[in-house]
Amino acid sequence: MLKVQEFLKQYDGEPMRIMEVCGTHTAAISHSGIPSVISPKIRLISGPGCPVCVTVTSYIDRLVSLSMEPGCAVVSFGDLLRVKGSARSLNDARALGGQVRMVYSPMDVLKLAAAEPEKTFVFAAVGFETTAPVYALLLGEAVRAGLENIRLLTSLKTMPPVIDWVCAHQGGIDGFLAPGHVSVITGSDLFEPLARKYSIPFAVSGFEPEQILISLYALVRLRGRGVVKNLYPSVVTARGNVQAQRLVSRYFEPCGAAWRGMGVIPNSGIRLRPEFARFDAGSAELTQDRGFHSACRCGQVLTGAISPHECPLFGRACAPQTPQGACMVSTEGSCYQYYVNRRD
Amino acid sequence: MKITMAHGSGGKATSELISRIFAANFKNPVLSAMEDAAVVPGAGTLAVTTDSFVVTPLFFPGGDIGRLSVCGTVNDLLMSGAVPQYLTCGFIIEEGAESDDLERMARSMAETAREAGVTIVAGDTKVVEGGGGVYINTSGVGFVPPGRRVSASLCREGDAVLVSGYLGEHHAAVLSARMGIENRIRSDCAPLGEAVESLFQNGVRVHALRDATRGGLATVLNEFAAASGCCIALREESLPVSAPVSGFCGILGLDPLYMGNEGKFAAVVDREDAEKALAVLKASQYGENAAVVGSVVPGEAGTLLVRTSIGGTRIVPELYGEGLPRIC
Repeated sequence: MLKVQEFLKQYDGEPMRIMEVCGTHTAAISHSGIPSVISPKIRLISGPGCPVCVTVTSYIDRLVSLSMEPGCAVVSFGDLLRVKGSARSLNDARALGGQVRMVYSPMDVLKLAAAEPEKTFVFAAVGFETTAPVYALLLGEAVRAGLENIRLLTSLKTMPPVIDWVCAHQGGIDGFLAPGHVSVITGSDLFEPLARKYSIPFAVSGFEPEQILISLYALVRLRGRGVVKNLYPSVVTARGNVQAQRLVSRYFEPCGAAWRGMGVIPNSGIRLRPEFARFDAGSAELTQDRGFHSACRCGQVLTGAISPHECPLFGRACAPQTPQGACMVSTEGSCYQYYVNRRD
Repeated sequence: MKITMAHGSGGKATSELISRIFAANFKNPVLSAMEDAAVVPGAGTLAVTTDSFVVTPLFFPGGDIGRLSVCGTVNDLLMSGAVPQYLTCGFIIEEGAESDDLERMARSMAETAREAGVTIVAGDTKVVEGGGGVYINTSGVGFVPPGRRVSASLCREGDAVLVSGYLGEHHAAVLSARMGIENRIRSDCAPLGEAVESLFQNGVRVHALRDATRGGLATVLNEFAAASGCCIALREESLPVSAPVSGFCGILGLDPLYMGNEGKFAAVVDREDAEKALAVLKASQYGENAAVVGSVVPGEAGTLLVRTSIGGTRIVPELYGEGLPRIC
């Protein structure tokens, strides 16, 4: 471990740009102070892997308007409450009398729906491959229990197409710290085609600081080679959790998805299958992405095109107390992490 | 018995509620006089504080709103160097509350007040419409012994930073109860008189004290750094966190540094007294897991840093908004 740390600290080769795709990695990197123990020639940039950050404004707007509808309540994870739509956040809606319930697990909706059968509960189903199986479980339970007053407003996304989009549109990335949690479900093989297509190494990494350092070491060593290294073998296999994958495809099918600041990327999301469309709260039309603040550059931050510091709002109009863009809202957002940890 | 709006009318039902539940539990000569205000002996430097308690659920593993309402105010007095003496309490009770629950709360308050060496000398009860909730306000008075001066603004470079035990227990216990998660985590809710007083009695040069309640240790130390215009650095591996709380935080994406405690405090002491302070705390009630967690270092004024296990450094900012659990 000391050798790895020494190597990363002393590295004096070609400058490298390594993207961590997952928001939990972004937070772990800041939390453990990794930028302060590696060479400035290894630059870590944050990718589009924080589910809150990539949510488009029309999605938030729809949640806000649903929360104000009589007989309807929006159920959400905490992170999403502070994200502004084109005018308001769910927190703002709550202050105006909107029905918003915060939960810790999607399964909590079942209890809410059973307790108040006359009310419709709309779950804000955001997330990546990691979270999708839980929504599938939730639907399975709702169907089994005959609960017809649960709806999902989905904004569910998949990783490979957006990584492909970043490589194709952005370029200049020399390695990917591949998301550990997503890989538990999908398997590490998922990244093979991308690694080969762009000749970029991928390291599937855990979240402990030592695991991240070892992954960075591997990526520097493998520069220019299109290979995938599974460095999180305790929980990640090549093919992933096949049972969870089957569960997801029973309820969901691929679709184009809208990403904040990037537009609609083909096949980069999943939506409810037609036979379960009765559980959908109108997710399909939510592709509009009109920034709350016109100068907000979330889209470019999310693809690593600019560092948070290069956004004209960063640290001025946009700070954790007054977030203008989603990247400043979530504790896993790049802007939030760069701001609170004063990362360069 | 269910509490009804009549119990707040000021009439017979009110006086019965007060005499049966509150006066019976808090019985002492001052209170039993049932005057409009308590007249108590005392001279010297007074410390006065007040706090309101709103917690769901009202009873949680390791404590209840009654114990909490005594500990919170007593501990606030202690942190100013005072010896707590008297408390007042105000109950706001929603109709539908169970009198048996009120009885349990009052008994718990009385026990905690006895443990903390304070007397409840005045009280008030109001009943409002609602769904059976209970809110308690307590105010406290204490006396600061001559020559004692502690303040958030007195931290100096070189000082040692101690914390009196495991972090995040109360927050994790209450959150677990709310979420219906079964675990062994119990609230640390406790009066800290013995621990604090033993620091002074043993001649530890205490510069700043604060109980790490809402916002956790990170908030308290940021307040110290700002008030003293200093930089505080913590060593990550020295932060005391129990295994169950550590696991709980890992799953929910919470940081024990920001989690509320109800029986833990941070002490900034003269560097030469660090070892003595640690030994005294460890020997005191509720202090067995105390630790020296960092020190006041040269650096940017108003900043709290953590030296991480891999030798990195990160800034620990004040908590922005609520500590919300993450999504994935």
